[in-house]
Amino acid sequence: MKIRVAVSLKPGVLDPQGRAIHHSLEGLGFSGVRDVRAGRLIELDVADDTSDAALEEMCRKLLANLVIENYRIERVPA
Amino acid sequence: MSGTFRAAVVTFPGSNCDRDMAVALEAVSGTPPLKVWHGDAELPERLDLIALPGGFSYGDYLRSGAMAARSPIMRAVVEAAARGVAVLGVCNGFQVLSEAGLLPGALMRNAGIRFVCRDVTLTVENTASCFTAGYGPGQRIAIPVAHHDGNYFADDATLDMLESEGRVAFRYAEPINGSSRAIAGVLNAAGNVLGMMPHPERAIEATHGGSDGRVLFESVIGGLVKA
Repeated sequence: MKIRVAVSLKPGVLDPQGRAIHHSLEGLGFSGVRDVRAGRLIELDVADDTSDAALEEMCRKLLANLVIENYRIERVPA
Repeated sequence: MSGTFRAAVVTFPGSNCDRDMAVALEAVSGTPPLKVWHGDAELPERLDLIALPGGFSYGDYLRSGAMAARSPIMRAVVEAAARGVAVLGVCNGFQVLSEAGLLPGALMRNAGIRFVCRDVTLTVENTASCFTAGYGPGQRIAIPVAHHDGNYFADDATLDMLESEGRVAFRYAEPINGSSRAIAGVLNAAGNVLGMMPHPERAIEATHGGSDGRVLFESVIGGLVKA
């Protein structure tokens, strides 16, 4: 089973990388970009019987740092 | 404590300040520290100090310090810290301590994006801990920094708690990386775990540019030897 975990900075946490990307987009002439937030996408291939609780635990214990980040788990249809 | 000072320096894959840390500890204590590998499950017995050095453990994969914080040796470090053994994390070592939950907050990418590598002036905010007892209150000291992810972040409630409990050890005298409240180093609640981004081990010989970091090692080594 394929799983996608999207990790993003919590709202309100300054994102210097997102800001630099925003700057570069403006430098390339793209106007109307209001904000850019950079995150991380982690793809897992796990046993089909992996529980939601186990996936949550993986995120909390390692994949995301809950001091600064949120995560979203998505099961990818086969 | 009986006789010699026993310190250990932990090396993770990608650590690059472990030798500097060992040299500083030996220069001040007279005894070379023990070397510990990240994959070891146990620490040597009767340690007085555990040092987590700077570097780029695991290539900073996932987040700086994230992989190292889950390595086998860290379970033993967490247990030792709970028993009151002094633990010093410098730069990547600070990132590892925060990822391991031994210190609150997180270290994010510098607000200016750039890697910052230069001497900075710090103010000493806490002179009660075993690491900082040798400094004067508000003393300004020069210590080098070299980091990309030194932007200390914690929520306001955590920052207020750190301030009210006197757990901010050092502050940058001028902003260099966007850290909340210019925090450069923090202590745990018991005061035996210190994490700091600046490198005191690179400031122990006047001939190498400054010796303000030496006081930190003299404090922790002297205090523990007397205890």
